[in-house]
Amino acid sequence: MAWTRFGKKKDMPGGLWIKCESCGAMLFRKEFEQKKRVCGTCGYHFTLPARERIEMTADAGSFEELWPDLVAQDVLGFNDRVPYGEKLTQTKAKTGEADAIVVGTAAVKGVPCALGVMNFQFLGGSMGMVVGEKIALLCELAAKRRLPVVLFACSGGARMHEGAVSLMQMAKTCGALQQLNRAGCVSISVMTHPTTGGVTASFASVCDLLLAEPGALIGFAGPRVIATTIKKELPKGFQRSEFLLEKGQIDRIVGRSAMRDELGRLLAYATGRDAVAAFKPLPVAADDEAAVAAAAAAAAAAAATAEKPRKKGKVKS
Amino acid sequence: MTDAAAKPVVQDGLAFERPLIDLQTKIAELQKLSAGSHLELSGEIELLEERLRRQTAEVYAQLSPWERVNVARHADRPMTSDYIQLMLDDFVELHGDRVFGDDRAIVTGLASMGPHRFLLVGHRKGKTVKDRLACNFGCAHPEGYRKALQKMRLAEKMRLPIVSFINTPGAYPGIGAEERGQAGAIARNILDMFEIKVPIVALVIGEGGSGGALGIGVGDRVGMLENSYYSVISPEGCAAILWKSGDKAPEAADALKLTSKDLQRLGLVDKVIEEPLGGAHRDPKGAVERVKLQLGAWLEELTKLSVEELLAQRYRKFRGMGTPLGSPLPGA
Repeated sequence: MAWTRFGKKKDMPGGLWIKCESCGAMLFRKEFEQKKRVCGTCGYHFTLPARERIEMTADAGSFEELWPDLVAQDVLGFNDRVPYGEKLTQTKAKTGEADAIVVGTAAVKGVPCALGVMNFQFLGGSMGMVVGEKIALLCELAAKRRLPVVLFACSGGARMHEGAVSLMQMAKTCGALQQLNRAGCVSISVMTHPTTGGVTASFASVCDLLLAEPGALIGFAGPRVIATTIKKELPKGFQRSEFLLEKGQIDRIVGRSAMRDELGRLLAYATGRDAVAAFKPLPVAADDEAAVAAAAAAAAAAAATAEKPRKKGKVKS
Repeated sequence: MTDAAAKPVVQDGLAFERPLIDLQTKIAELQKLSAGSHLELSGEIELLEERLRRQTAEVYAQLSPWERVNVARHADRPMTSDYIQLMLDDFVELHGDRVFGDDRAIVTGLASMGPHRFLLVGHRKGKTVKDRLACNFGCAHPEGYRKALQKMRLAEKMRLPIVSFINTPGAYPGIGAEERGQAGAIARNILDMFEIKVPIVALVIGEGGSGGALGIGVGDRVGMLENSYYSVISPEGCAAILWKSGDKAPEAADALKLTSKDLQRLGLVDKVIEEPLGGAHRDPKGAVERVKLQLGAWLEELTKLSVEELLAQRYRKFRGMGTPLGSPLPGA
């Protein structure tokens, strides 16, 4: 056991360092957090807590959370060593979240939208009645207010503890997206590591625009299930974002550092705004809400008159 | 053979059938005996038959969820192909998704049943070994779901209602399936079924395996045969994840509340169709007859609704499934 303790020790020193889950490199925590939890060595995108995601996506101070208090009912009386109701209470105490998604209204680079972000920390981001209900409510609200919808998926799939009720959330969320379609509003899904099972097989795959973070595991069946079914080793890069892009399943792969700009740009196209102006990176002053809001307003207003050729926009495409 | 002997008893989900089968064999033997000789055995036979009826009723009244799962998977249980043969007056199979191929795991075609004409969509499991392999044991690929959607669009154009027979362990988990977008294909079906402007009736006739079932399962009326199951994950899969052991499948089946009665209690299905005594596999014709009656009633009911009413009802139905505490569900 000596070697395992040594291995642990290497991870530990005061939480200053963190080990990359993908390449094993030791990352200095402060720098790692500055890089939005992306490995500086291999570019691996770590799973993000929902609140952090919202902070780095929405304009400062623009996010207004909706329906934070919805609570799942233990309709099955599910008990796998711990009763489901108890498990929910424990997870809530541990994570500070009521369930696996946070939703609300926000502005991204000045464009108002409805925003939903799944939280993997809460029971593997599994979709049960609360996730389904919040997405449905969000889409219905967006349809009413004519807002575009952005959904960040991060989930192991449907929540087994709610049985077939969780399965039906796939239908509920898709039905709600269809209401949004009827209202003519655009939806954007961002699939992040990992997005599998019932979430991939429902709302996350049928938004109008499908984005993915680099290297994210995205699929219907988990790789282990597939490997045991076909009794073969899976090809390298199987079910990763790059694989999905190559197979024509998604529109774009967007790195975390560019995500906010990209969303602003796409939302601008989706809502008839000037995409060039929206895509121009704002001065970064996350601590200065007024400055960011002013810059966003200025960017939106200066839309028509913007003459400066966009530099970043050309590199991308 | 040692394998079978080594298996724990609990894994044999059909063990409860053994005394019934023994009785049946005994009755058959007596019948043969009495036919081949002058022995008068009708009294004994009647007695045994009465005992068989009683015992079958008793056994089937108290099946555990795991035992029901095994009845749902029974090889002699009527499948989509049996319904096509026994229930329909005419069937024109339509093949192919127009993009990639023709998935044998889902059958689609134009059907006539008495006064009703509709599009039939159903999972196909196959009867012979060769058939089963060709159908991947009822596990569809993306092209199967895309075929179903393409034909449902056709039904919409022809103003024919849609009848969907669900019987799958789940959508196929494989490399090709993922490459061609298994998740996206299922999601697209679910999404579009909320917009299809003709009545849709879905019936779980055996296994309702997760997303692979729901991929053709968004209906204005959803029913289940008494001994079918409908679940978010197979009991084996759930046991492997939560109990870390596939042997705990019976416990998982219990916990998942996946029987027809459970689904009805949870408000997820509209109707449970009772099966003939001892399960549909004992009397396929009887089971088919009951299904036929129910389908006819539903189709008659639904064709009276306007398109707007139909779609609004369809959304409301699924929108109301699993409402958390504190939800401001509009119109609830």
